[in-house]
Amino acid sequence: MNTTVMLAWREWTRFFRQRHRVVAALGQPILFWLLFGTGMHQSFRGGGSDFMSYYLPGTIALILMFTAIFATISIIEDRREGFLQGVLVAPVPRWHIAAGKIVGGGAIAWVQAILFLLLALLVGSVPWSNSLPGLLVLMAITALGLTALGVVFAWAMDSTQGFHAVMNLVLMPLWLLSGAFFPIPHLDPSAAMGQVVIHWIMRLNPLSYAVAGMRQMVYPDLKLGPELWQPSLVLCWSVTLVFVVATMLLAVRAVQRPSKGELK
Amino acid sequence: MQSQTHENNSLATTPLMVKGVMHHYGEKAALQGVDLVVKPGEIFALLGPNGCGKSTLFRLISTLVAIQQGTIEVFGADCTSARARVREHIGVVFQAPSLDGKLTVLENLWCQGVMYGLSGKALKKRSDEVLEQLGMSDRSKQLCQELSGGMKRRVELAKGLLHRPRLLLMDEPSTGLDPAARLDLWRALTQLRDADGVTVLMTTHLLEEADKADRIAIMDQGRVVACGSPTDLRKEQGSEVITISTDAVDDVAQKIESQLALSVNRLSSEVRIVSEGSVSRLSEVVQLALPHSSQVTVGRASLEDVFVAKTGRAWE
Repeated sequence: MNTTVMLAWREWTRFFRQRHRVVAALGQPILFWLLFGTGMHQSFRGGGSDFMSYYLPGTIALILMFTAIFATISIIEDRREGFLQGVLVAPVPRWHIAAGKIVGGGAIAWVQAILFLLLALLVGSVPWSNSLPGLLVLMAITALGLTALGVVFAWAMDSTQGFHAVMNLVLMPLWLLSGAFFPIPHLDPSAAMGQVVIHWIMRLNPLSYAVAGMRQMVYPDLKLGPELWQPSLVLCWSVTLVFVVATMLLAVRAVQRPSKGELK
Repeated sequence: MQSQTHENNSLATTPLMVKGVMHHYGEKAALQGVDLVVKPGEIFALLGPNGCGKSTLFRLISTLVAIQQGTIEVFGADCTSARARVREHIGVVFQAPSLDGKLTVLENLWCQGVMYGLSGKALKKRSDEVLEQLGMSDRSKQLCQELSGGMKRRVELAKGLLHRPRLLLMDEPSTGLDPAARLDLWRALTQLRDADGVTVLMTTHLLEEADKADRIAIMDQGRVVACGSPTDLRKEQGSEVITISTDAVDDVAQKIESQLALSVNRLSSEVRIVSEGSVSRLSEVVQLALPHSSQVTVGRASLEDVFVAKTGRAWE
């Protein structure tokens, strides 16, 4: 247990000693929120909500994802800088490596997202409500799940370039197709093939449930239009919990295998 | 259970026992049957040119790579079946740096200590102790990325020593160190050996470094070709060596063998005479060789001569 805490503490310390990472993981999503929120304001049709509000939970998800990605990229750096070797020959089981990254990276992502949420609360974009504590818990779980997913990918990569490719091809689409950026409409019988495919991808995307859950807790009074698909809060919690357990198991299993370029 | 019975017998006092170890990377054989015994409290060097297999052997002993064939025991604990116990016994200093540059010296040590079961006051006390021992106390709060190469190496050593390992493994410890830092490192190692009874196993491709070890194993092409103290190994080669620098190696070598009945080693541009008593016939050698050579020198047999004699190849 001590080793996990120590590795998590190390992630935390390293991250906040590298200012550019803090700025990149927090600044870009906020910038997106302001630019897209203002720019798309006129063209958005999302039932009762305006785009700024619709997109805010998506921004929280994006901060969680960006920070999780930056935190897990450090696996590749640990290997390149040699730190990992020292851990691998220590008398501790390998799952600590995954656990340390997930707890440390997840905590960083969570705190960054909370900072954004605080900002939104202060400027009045988010109402103070009694669903906020639940929201924080859901954010924490989502952060752990995304970090675990990052560990699974990073462990198999031998370069940060490779990880960026995964980020662009897998992680970003995962976020884009989660209802974070545009809503998931119900299928009507006349829907084209492409719409059907996208609809089902979005419904099968576990992140859709985390985003939908956060949206319902950020704006407890928000009513999306009946034409939009929205899972119940219970379903959101259930899927997100299954997601985090599954990704953690995958991460622990991944680090049992020799990683790419483990040897210097 | 099995490892405990192992440790109860006399093997438990033997820091390292390597038996019949073979290792392949795909088709390529890196180790072709290595046997070694390292005795308590000695500084033991694995000497060999790049690609001789010493780094592979180091990785096997440090438990970084699984053993394919043969057995390795550290203080009686088997590297395959009792890996965790082996890891408690050994401190590993890799050739590649393993420090976290974004953490301070002390923070790096704390990370290391926690992984080896140290914590709280004991960890703090031990960290201070090791830094003091290596003369790094005044640097403890500095980020590792700001340290010089020699200092980083000392922190690596401090990491390796933190949990008081009985066997310290070092891969090419002098790499990237200037001569002064090398001297420092050796001072620290001999102090560890003498004061704390730590056994040290290092790999090196530097002849002068191996010369300082208590015992060495010379490796070539995945085998141990010679093992013993540097002095004994050199003595085997005769006490002195005559080196003839020449372009006509075969010609000169043949003349010396046939006309003076002395045995020689042929290198790419040198002929070496290592027979006992050859110096008393120096004038004959010089007369015979000088017309074909640029210089003739007399010196003590070196580890290089040992390598050449055992492998028939020049030291690169």
